Amino acid sequence: MMRFMLLFSRQGKLRLQKWFTSMSDREKKKIIRDMTTMVLARQPRSCNFMQWKDLKIVYKRYASLYFCLGVESQENELLALEIIHRYVELLDKYFGNVCELDIIFNFEKAYFILDEFLMGGEIQETSKQIVNRSIEASDMLQEDDSSEWYEVELFG
Amino acid sequence: MSDVVEKTLTALPSLLSLDSHPGSAKLSSTSKLGNLIRGITELTSKHEEEKLIQHELLAIKEQVSSPNTTMRQMKELMVRSIYCEMLGYEASFSYIHAIKLAQQGTVLEKRVGYLAVSLFLNESHELLLLLVNTVLKDLQSTNLIEVCMALTVVSQMFPKDMIPAILPLVEEKLNHPKEIIRRKAVMALYKFYLIAPNQVQHIHNKFRKALCDKDPGVMTASLHIYLQMIQENPEAYKDLTPSFVTILKQVVGGKLPMDFNYHTVPAPWLQIQLLRILALLGKNDQSTSEVMYEVLDESLRRAEMNHNITYAILYECVKCIYTIHPKSDLLEKAAKCIGNFVLSPKINLKYLGLKALTYVVQQDPKLALQHQMTIIECLDHPDLIIKRETLELLFRITNAQNVTVIVEKMLEFLCISEDDHTTIDLVGKVAELAEKYPLNVSFILCLLNLLYFPINHCTYAPDNEWFIETMNTVFSLGGDMMQPDIPNSFLKLLSEGFDSVEEDRKLKLFAVNSYIPLLRGEPGKLPQRFLQVISWVLGEYSHLREDLEPAEVLSLLAKLLDMKNSSSETKSWVLMAMTKLCKGGADASVTQEVSETYSSSLDTVLRQRAHELQYLSQDPELRARVLPRGATPETLEVDSSLSFLDRFVSEALAAGAAPYKPPHQRQEELDQSKALSLEPYGLSLPISMSSCSITDRQSPTLLSMSSGLSGDSADLSHKGGSSALKLDGVKRVWGREGYLAQREPVEEAAQVEVPSPIQSPGRQGEGDSLHSQTPTQTPTPEPEQEKQQLASSLFVGLASQSSVSLMGKSEPTPQRFRRKAKGQGPGSSFNASEQISSSLISPPSAVDNLLCNNLLDSNNASELAEQTSQLSQSLTTANGTCHTEAELTEPDTKGCNPALRRDNCVVAADPGPHDDPGRLTEVCLDSYLPAELSGLSHSEIAPLCANQSLNLSACYVQKEDSLILVVFIINSSESAIQQMLLQVDSEELEVSCLSDSPAGEVTSHSVAVGQYSLTVKRPAVHVEVVGTVSYQLPAGTSQSLQFSYKVPLTSFIRPFVVSTEEYGTMWLSFSHDTKQNLTLINDNQEPLTATLNALKKKLQLHVVEVIGMEGIVACRLLQDLPCLMHCRVNAGWLAVWLRSPVPDLPDCLIYHCQRALQSL
Repeated sequence: MMRFMLLFSRQGKLRLQKWFTSMSDREKKKIIRDMTTMVLARQPRSCNFMQWKDLKIVYKRYASLYFCLGVESQENELLALEIIHRYVELLDKYFGNVCELDIIFNFEKAYFILDEFLMGGEIQETSKQIVNRSIEASDMLQEDDSSEWYEVELFG
Repeated sequence: MSDVVEKTLTALPSLLSLDSHPGSAKLSSTSKLGNLIRGITELTSKHEEEKLIQHELLAIKEQVSSPNTTMRQMKELMVRSIYCEMLGYEASFSYIHAIKLAQQGTVLEKRVGYLAVSLFLNESHELLLLLVNTVLKDLQSTNLIEVCMALTVVSQMFPKDMIPAILPLVEEKLNHPKEIIRRKAVMALYKFYLIAPNQVQHIHNKFRKALCDKDPGVMTASLHIYLQMIQENPEAYKDLTPSFVTILKQVVGGKLPMDFNYHTVPAPWLQIQLLRILALLGKNDQSTSEVMYEVLDESLRRAEMNHNITYAILYECVKCIYTIHPKSDLLEKAAKCIGNFVLSPKINLKYLGLKALTYVVQQDPKLALQHQMTIIECLDHPDLIIKRETLELLFRITNAQNVTVIVEKMLEFLCISEDDHTTIDLVGKVAELAEKYPLNVSFILCLLNLLYFPINHCTYAPDNEWFIETMNTVFSLGGDMMQPDIPNSFLKLLSEGFDSVEEDRKLKLFAVNSYIPLLRGEPGKLPQRFLQVISWVLGEYSHLREDLEPAEVLSLLAKLLDMKNSSSETKSWVLMAMTKLCKGGADASVTQEVSETYSSSLDTVLRQRAHELQYLSQDPELRARVLPRGATPETLEVDSSLSFLDRFVSEALAAGAAPYKPPHQRQEELDQSKALSLEPYGLSLPISMSSCSITDRQSPTLLSMSSGLSGDSADLSHKGGSSALKLDGVKRVWGREGYLAQREPVEEAAQVEVPSPIQSPGRQGEGDSLHSQTPTQTPTPEPEQEKQQLASSLFVGLASQSSVSLMGKSEPTPQRFRRKAKGQGPGSSFNASEQISSSLISPPSAVDNLLCNNLLDSNNASELAEQTSQLSQSLTTANGTCHTEAELTEPDTKGCNPALRRDNCVVAADPGPHDDPGRLTEVCLDSYLPAELSGLSHSEIAPLCANQSLNLSACYVQKEDSLILVVFIINSSESAIQQMLLQVDSEELEVSCLSDSPAGEVTSHSVAVGQYSLTVKRPAVHVEVVGTVSYQLPAGTSQSLQFSYKVPLTSFIRPFVVSTEEYGTMWLSFSHDTKQNLTLINDNQEPLTATLNALKKKLQLHVVEVIGMEGIVACRLLQDLPCLMHCRVNAGWLAVWLRSPVPDLPDCLIYHCQRALQSL
């Protein structure tokens, strides 16, 4: 099970935070601080996995952005790495040529995508198409009465 | 009507601009949020940022509380608040508005409202109660999006107590016609199951329906719940096994829609989930496991090694195969699979490989042997996580033989680890090992020396408490079987302490604190040695604890004296401690009583202590001088010749006293005068170190030096080297600088691995592969050799064979593994480099590419460069390994395909056909013994080493006053060998070449013989010669072979014929001695004679004389190192006292005497 996902820049600026279990603000702050310092201090060609307390930290850098996932230690680290990658793919599909700026200025969208992809610390939907369809459906929908046709098209 | 218009109007802009172009950042960047973000990026200092955000927050606060703010504006404000919170500033005023937004907004606004709530609040926040109604309403909404949002927020965070309120609605959604709703409902129920399992117990069969859902997404989601439930109770779900197997079969077979593929792999997440479930179901259940063998095999087969995701699947497969009831061919495939991981140049895969190995070695420790070289490399990996994972693996293969080395590695890691969690975890593991192997002396000494000294110089030391507690465990468990060195070293450590005075004090205080309750409890259960340690510590340091009255300590100690099972040794420790503690006054009565009781004791030592106690307790001044409190330990020069007494002796002699005679001389005189021997022999014989050491106040271990014990090769240098501990029979493999030199016994294993000589001329045709036939003799580069030594000490005891077999079970020739492992190295890295090159050609993944286009073109380039360098590097390693392996200078080997070489190695590794030729040569070699030696007895001719052209064997011949080593060099090749040079050397022996060394040429199929005379330079239990043959092939390439040969020390022993008088004179002049009790042979009427005869026969000793129950024996070690032995029958034992002018000789000899008597 996943515990949290953080996105931060090369300068250590937090871009997105998702906590899958209940945590106090102090804990969250500590984790954010630890993660940024640990991940940013990594040597370029070292392993993408780290140990932090009882968690495994799986991180990957995409351009200037670090994606950092905290999973329980019995989890499969390689799989977690692919979860990150799939998320990036989803962002890319949604934004088209996603870059850090997209995520900075539209972070709420990034959250919505994440919510469609992961839920309660587990993978909810692995199909790229389905995730995207549901995101777009929510984006377009306004009121139930005016948008029956979207439903038909997007959920069908 | 107007309502509708308003709605349309509000919806219009968002439909037109923001949301009709998903992903466009244009509008946002001109929005208020955009301004804020840009404003922040322009700032230079944290202070400015703070000012700006506070300003922003004020503005937001003002707006949200204004009644005129529309929901649309509110949505925008919420996004800004989220942003501020993400930067670490509190915006708690907006929480209630977020809930309001979720409640009242239109769909789009509601979504932001829910998002803000889920980011701002956590499960236990009280405001969440206000959300329950909103969620209830949305769950019942006809708008699917609203239902989805409600389900999402419910699975994100929902107050536990409110679950019953919404549960029926969520359950109902399991039957919803839309799969997305069903899927989210399942996920929400999964979350409920995790936080409140009791609440959802009644809907278990509804989960079954979800499992059978026609939509793969819903089915996948239901597996999360199943995994959880099966983990808790596998028995209840065994009936589902065939269903899971069928699903997996379909997935693996590609029956799912293409949608679910991830990089051409069908539904990897689903596969992994199923594999985990199957592992749980098949565990310890043969019949269930049998159902899944086929699909597991299929999974292994289908997963081609091309992408991380397939590795992830394979990893789960391997884990599953090793968890369920074993099936041999699957296990074999899985083991091979692990090999691919471990040998991968990709660090992530290596990591996972180690993890997999860690898992499987619990079932089959021998698997670790296959990869020992990789493991050793990983142990020195710069990446800490790899190192740590390796330690985890080593921890699983710990046994009594390798525990020391492994613990040492763990402690090394502790020194560099900065993470508290890791430290606690590792320290726990070390402590666990300490409890598991409490009697492993070298391990405990390792603990003491390594744990304590290096770590207190590091940033993070495992705390003192842990150290003391571990030692307490060790003492309580190890009990009295422990070697006396351990308590001694412990006390030494305690008294010498740290660099820091404060730390020092804390440590001592903690020790005192932990001992007092032990004494208050049931000290009778503690081992004697532990009681002695406690007494000493309390005597020295109990004053550090201010609230502790010395009187109380005294009475606790006095209690020890009264215990029935306290030995007199313990009692004297206790008395000594009391002497240090008593101050007169209130304590006087206790001490008075005790000293009175023991001043008439029959035990002289106790009597002395009691008197000391009496005098010193009455004279505080004298006590302060004799036993100064808090004195720093100083190295005492022990004058073993007692020269300071010379004046006293000469005065006494002048006054007419009789000159001193050593005990044995007195004995002889007594015997000669036919008087009865009244003195018990060797009163001083079993000197108990600890009873002596109490006279030495500061440092008990110093005594071990003065007692004249000289460790052989097992010297353990302490700080400053002030004392030498004796570790008889303990293999000392590791010193402070690392692995100790070659003469160590552990290395024997490596030498045993000499392959049988390969003679078959047919084999030669196979060419290159045979060059690598001599694993041990090939001069490997220094670091490589170190690694191999480390390997032999780490993996000792894992194989069933006595030699350290480096080869796994699947390989038929255990002695070849070392080379085999290397052979795999180049092969796999070659494959890997192929992979890299192919990934270079194929277009890089779309995402990376796209990501880079926008921001970082340079990054892309650097990534490519990185890959290229990786490629070239792996290629060089491939070549490099070939080099070290074969040590050949032939140019054509460099170019050869490593994979091909590996195959050849496998073929050549089969020793079968070589056995017979090997034996034949041995028989023939007898005839090559030099004529002058042929009449004498010689040891078995043992093969030393061989390669494709040369075969070396050796034996030794015992002559009366020399030992001759004969080395046979057999040229087994078809061509002559030129410029051959044989060099033999040894650390312990003097080697001199006898015949003209067989230099020069050895023609095809002929034998050259070299003779060396050996004498002992420095005695050791086993002595070893090492040698090198260098030669040239006709082709002009020069090669060399290394070998080593062990000679038992006993073969150097010769009888030493002396008269009793000569013996007496010599006895007095020899300075090095040792004493020990040996077993007597009791099979006939005269045990002494029988034992001496046995020793004489076995070891070639000379029995000088036997007088009554005593015998004197003499021998010499070639050339002329004498050793005298004085034996006496005493209480069923043979008390032996050895003396020699040579330092280690008595110890070595007593070892061989023991062995000789044991082997009878």
